[in-house]
Amino acid sequence: MFDDGRLGMTGKYALRFVSLGYLAVLLVAPVSYVFWKTFEHGFGPAWEAVTTPNAVHALKVTLILTAVAVPANTIFGVLCALAIVRHRFPGAGIVNAVVDLPLALSPVVVGLALLLLYGREGWLGGHGVVFALPGMALATIFVSLPFVVREVVPVLREIGTEQEQAAATLGASAVQTFRRVTWPAIRWAVAYGVVLTTARALGEFGAVSVVSGRLAGETETLTLHVQDRYQSFDEVGAYASAVVLALIAVTTLILMTRLKPKEETQ
Amino acid sequence: MIEARGIVKRFGDFTALDGISVEVPTGSLTALLGPSGSGKSTLLRVIAGLEHPDEGQIILEGEDVTRVAPQSRGVGFVFQHYAAFKHMTVWENVAFGLRIRRRPRAEVKQRVTELLDLVQLARLGDRYPAQLSGGQRQRMGLARALAVDPKVLLLDEPFGALDARVRKELRLWLRRLHDETHTTTVIVTHDQEEAMEVADRVVVMNAGAIEQTAAPRELYDHPANEFVMSFVGPVNRLGDAFIRPHDVELLLEPNGSTQEAMVERLVHLGFEVRVELVRDDGEHLSAQLTREQVEALELQRGQIVYVRPTRQTVFTAS
Amino acid sequence: MAAKAAALPSPKARRGPAPGLAIGISTLYLSVIVLLPLAALAWRAQGWDAITSDQAVSSLKLTIVASAIVAVVNAFAGTAIAWTLVRDRFPGQGIVNALVDLPFALPTIVAGLTLLALYGPNSPAGVNVAFTRWAILLALLFVTLPFVVRTVQPVLLELDREMEDAAASLGASKLATFRRIVLPNILPAILSGVALAFARAVGEFGAVVLISGNLPFKTEVAAVYVFGRIESGDPGGAAAASVVILAITFGVLLGIGGVRRWATRHDR
Repeated sequence: MFDDGRLGMTGKYALRFVSLGYLAVLLVAPVSYVFWKTFEHGFGPAWEAVTTPNAVHALKVTLILTAVAVPANTIFGVLCALAIVRHRFPGAGIVNAVVDLPLALSPVVVGLALLLLYGREGWLGGHGVVFALPGMALATIFVSLPFVVREVVPVLREIGTEQEQAAATLGASAVQTFRRVTWPAIRWAVAYGVVLTTARALGEFGAVSVVSGRLAGETETLTLHVQDRYQSFDEVGAYASAVVLALIAVTTLILMTRLKPKEETQ
Repeated sequence: MIEARGIVKRFGDFTALDGISVEVPTGSLTALLGPSGSGKSTLLRVIAGLEHPDEGQIILEGEDVTRVAPQSRGVGFVFQHYAAFKHMTVWENVAFGLRIRRRPRAEVKQRVTELLDLVQLARLGDRYPAQLSGGQRQRMGLARALAVDPKVLLLDEPFGALDARVRKELRLWLRRLHDETHTTTVIVTHDQEEAMEVADRVVVMNAGAIEQTAAPRELYDHPANEFVMSFVGPVNRLGDAFIRPHDVELLLEPNGSTQEAMVERLVHLGFEVRVELVRDDGEHLSAQLTREQVEALELQRGQIVYVRPTRQTVFTAS
Repeated sequence: MAAKAAALPSPKARRGPAPGLAIGISTLYLSVIVLLPLAALAWRAQGWDAITSDQAVSSLKLTIVASAIVAVVNAFAGTAIAWTLVRDRFPGQGIVNALVDLPFALPTIVAGLTLLALYGPNSPAGVNVAFTRWAILLALLFVTLPFVVRTVQPVLLELDREMEDAAASLGASKLATFRRIVLPNILPAILSGVALAFARAVGEFGAVVLISGNLPFKTEVAAVYVFGRIESGDPGGAAAASVVILAITFGVLLGIGGVRRWATRHDR
């Protein structure tokens, strides 16, 4: 019923004004302003700033790291969700908690942990992990780890085991059951989780800050590049790269909006 | 007395109530009976003030309350799905209305204890609704509504979510309660047996309009139209005539106006037997006989018998 | 077909496809990616001075207080926004709903940059909070915005509106209904959101690093302090500080979790 006299007309408008105002001042205004400033002097300068060799390389690095982290965390995510929900082993609770750890940890701490493990004096100290792409990949994987698991677990719980058991009684093997029964039920949750994972991987800053050594043109991600440009007083460069990242974020948002209802109606 | 005058309520394109006027006498137990979508729940909610009518007025004890908020109408409302305050104990639920009115502690304590005894939940005061059965939750809902001494008690399909046995028990119990308290009560139901059993007066509704208002017996014996007759009990239709199954006489020999029919099925329902018949033109009939009558006729499947109505009703278009 | 299907699934198969494989791979992956580095962190933590120095204590205090303030603001703002998204109806509501997730999707450094642009030294609106503690609050509010909104929203959606009808029929005013009926039922969700927001705020780095100026004793948050220790060649000290921060965070989370369990005692 649309008959919500509960708040009274003035109350409703006041609340709407406060909520929307808060969002406008905190979120919309700053982001819009940066978009505007980037193209203030036309498309040209912005495009040039974003196509410098360093910027292009930074984007490449970001994409490579994402291309490594997302598939790895997706496969792990599905397996782990299956393990937690369907296999009920002792320690499933601990696994569940550990999966959530990356969400509670500061990215700087994550980078530090990797540095201590793989750095020169680390336990697995070798060469070419920290201050290089492999280390950055590990950092990216770490911080974007939880998302697929967290999206798939509730869906698996909700659909229950009956369908899978029915398939088993009808003669389906484990792989067949997964492919024909389990997967169709979880695929939108996986898709949503992949979008979240990708967004997190693309946007990673703190952990790679510590682990990368920030060599422009070599171990710089696009996020590090933004900071680098700003600290070099190249505002246009910083804003332009920021806009590239923001555009990717908006695309992510659109995908999230499209996929969420599909995930929820499963 | 409750009076609804010319109530119109629309939800978008759908007209739930189409100019309804009805009177509920003080102290009576009136049922609003009808199928889903007939508007009965909407009417109840309009009386309570939980919905605002597009047109019309509600008068409670002579006062026009159409613009008055539900808080101030002095109505008690019982919901089909209990609407229990799940974060409060049974005790706190029942005490809620009294606490809102800032009644003194002692008074609240006495009243709540009294009510919990009345609804037989005396030892469950500390439980949470989630720990109660459906029937217990609904009794709590009743106690909660009664706690503030409402002038009018409104029940919206109160037993609809419960299973058959609990429903019958609570029905009886509600009737006894009403006989003691004499609060003006309106109950919405789609179950004709419930309405007939519990109410002094039944208002039969269909598609936003009232078909007939009468005491249960009157409704059954003198239905105003086809809808009421079919809704209030099982009915056979032969051409223009409507015949109740217990008004169908079965004979072993033809006799004057009897028609021939074959026994298709005998359904034994305890004391009664429903005899399902089919005529040679394919029309189906059902007759209701006692066990003794069936045994006396030695009825069997496939047997040919001769049927005749002892009473029938024809509705003339008016 | 009939013969094969006749046998009931064995106890092992009932546990689902290839349990050993899924469990094994998951635990191995988690150990290598998460647990091992954290173990190294705990093992290598050393150096009291990194934790007890004035600078360390100052940054920790600043971070905890700022995160707490932000968490409380979110409790109110997040609930208000969730209410507007669930109970109100206006054109563009879908876009606003999607917008709430922007801080999840936007890289923190970009978030900080946008805040710096609009509310920093070159602010067109004349509002300049750069290098002040307000900047930290602003940045933290940005990144923690979605948490309370997203935990409260589903609960509000699921809330039995009839409870509010019942309260009205029993004489409760709109305010009393909110206070006695709605609020107790959304409080657990608010607390969950507050816990998530707090944990996130304590560890925030990217959004804060540009706009706060990172002035020691003034606007240096814990994550920046840790970063500083690393750059100064004292990873052991940085690790020690990290452990302290983590301990405090988990302590607070446990506390909030306890309050939440008390608030949902009726559900058991």
